Amino acid sequence: MDNANVTRRDFLYVATTAVVGVGATVSLWPFIDQMNPAADTLALKEVEFDLAPVVAGQIVTIEWQKKPVFIRRRTAEEIQAAEQTPLSELKDPQTDQARVQKPEWLILVATCTHLGCVPSNQLKGDYGGWLCPCHGSHYDTSGRIRKGPAPQNLAVPPYAFLSDTKVLIGAAPKPAAQANHG
Amino acid sequence: MHGTHSYKPTTGFTKWLDSRLPIIRLVDETLMQFPTPKNLNYWFTFGGILTFMLGVQIISGIVLAMHYVPHEAMAFDSVERIMRDVNYGWLLRYMHSNGASMFFIAVYIHIFRGLYYGSYKAPREVLWLLGILIYVLMMATGFLGYTLPWGQMSFWGATVITNFFSAIPLIGESITQWLWGSFAVDNATLQRFFSLHYLLPFVIAGVVVLHIWALHVPGNNNPLGIDVKGPADTVPFHPYYTVKDGFALVVFVLFFSWFIFFDPNMLGHSDNYIPANRLVTPKHIVPEWYYLPLYAILRAVPDKLFGVILMFGAIFVWAFLPWLDTSRVRSARFRPIFKQLFWILMVVILILGYLGAQTADDKNVVVPWLGLELPIGKLLLARLCTLYYFIHFLVLTPLVGVIETPLPTPESISKAVLAKNGGGVAAVPLAKAAE
Repeated sequence: MDNANVTRRDFLYVATTAVVGVGATVSLWPFIDQMNPAADTLALKEVEFDLAPVVAGQIVTIEWQKKPVFIRRRTAEEIQAAEQTPLSELKDPQTDQARVQKPEWLILVATCTHLGCVPSNQLKGDYGGWLCPCHGSHYDTSGRIRKGPAPQNLAVPPYAFLSDTKVLIGAAPKPAAQANHG
Repeated sequence: MHGTHSYKPTTGFTKWLDSRLPIIRLVDETLMQFPTPKNLNYWFTFGGILTFMLGVQIISGIVLAMHYVPHEAMAFDSVERIMRDVNYGWLLRYMHSNGASMFFIAVYIHIFRGLYYGSYKAPREVLWLLGILIYVLMMATGFLGYTLPWGQMSFWGATVITNFFSAIPLIGESITQWLWGSFAVDNATLQRFFSLHYLLPFVIAGVVVLHIWALHVPGNNNPLGIDVKGPADTVPFHPYYTVKDGFALVVFVLFFSWFIFFDPNMLGHSDNYIPANRLVTPKHIVPEWYYLPLYAILRAVPDKLFGVILMFGAIFVWAFLPWLDTSRVRSARFRPIFKQLFWILMVVILILGYLGAQTADDKNVVVPWLGLELPIGKLLLARLCTLYYFIHFLVLTPLVGVIETPLPTPESISKAVLAKNGGGVAAVPLAKAAE
């Protein structure tokens, strides 16, 4: 050894401390990871919904992954308003076409992107979409943020039309559903 | 700091114990003989009241946990069962829910007393920082506890507050899902909140021990804000302050009892008697009163991340106060400009509290009780008050210490006390009395 002061014992001290340190750190992981969604929670992936009873202008709130989801059958005026909004007016610019598969059906995660309240179906806000009662965010008829503290548009969940009157909301669309618009 | 006379064990047993575990000595020196400034007023009794309230919350909480069920399907009903069927359950629950409010009333008086008399200044900075830590832990505990009845306000309050963490760039969503144990506030959230709500009060108790330890090194501040010069300035803690604190505590408990027995739901929200519904947010969601000024700050900001930062910053700024305050005079009694700024700050915080309870629209401000509409929007007023709040701490506090000419401070606590009482035999007349 170059340095006569470094002994076998010093090496053992450093090596032992390092192994204990790494072991202690690694053993923390189960205590942290147990907080993450459990397997049964993760399994709640898909919800099927029958669109037939929903009339034009109606908004239905359903539950998916413990979150509320809006299914809105838009009227012609609502679709027109959403499609004709110039992107320059939007805080989180996105065309209406990018947010729907069929213009008539607007499907959104009904969680305000500000602090997670459910925007009100009754109070439609200044843009005819939704108004969040908690902190006053206004959404338009495409669920895009127009005014207020929310930073983003209402999220569009993954979904697929199984038929003209059936929609499957969930993270993993079935192959048949993918074929529908693939 | 040592007692006026140190503890001397007298019996055989106490001598034997003292050389093994000097616990009687500890109690004697910290609670009995501890030399305390002789001029403490009633604003200084809230530390004792807070210790008492922590005890009330822990004891009533342990008992409630024997009947409460932390499960989304049973939590609401188990609380109703406590109210209707458990012997004295209504009393225990009202004690615990109103006790939280009393705890916060006392802690706000305690904090603002420290602000007024400059108790945060050297050599009490660590004492002040530990106090802020206790306050933050209290806020967390209060929030977790409010979730447990699983009513509409519980559920949506939990949703809004956990969503603060979604403002963190990039990892915000993963952090909120980790906090929830789900994709939204869920049963997993309720169960962990119950576990943590049970844990945190004991953490608070631990920090309270550190807080009292840090108090006992430099000793109490006092209304004059001047240092203790000698034994003439102090009296032993017992019986002088055990009795004074005890009297204040009795009055405080009467106030507390009025809420429990005559208006137990006044400080709560009626919507929390509606079971949690994850598909509908109440029309008007408000936090508990003790978070209202912070909530108003959050809502005053049009940007999500900045709003959350400013809200946490409103408390965090207190931690820098010992170094932001450039004045060497502690008590506001001798600081004519600071004293006025203190009261302006109190009014601004009250206005923020009022605005925090209002609906999230931009209608004009209506003066409560008078019904008078002011020509200013709620949002604008909240923004002005938020701005002033931060200016007070970050600009005015350092500035005033430099430009203000403080009044002359008394030579000693003892001389000021005697002068105030018309002068005793030992009193040297002061050019300028304390008040």
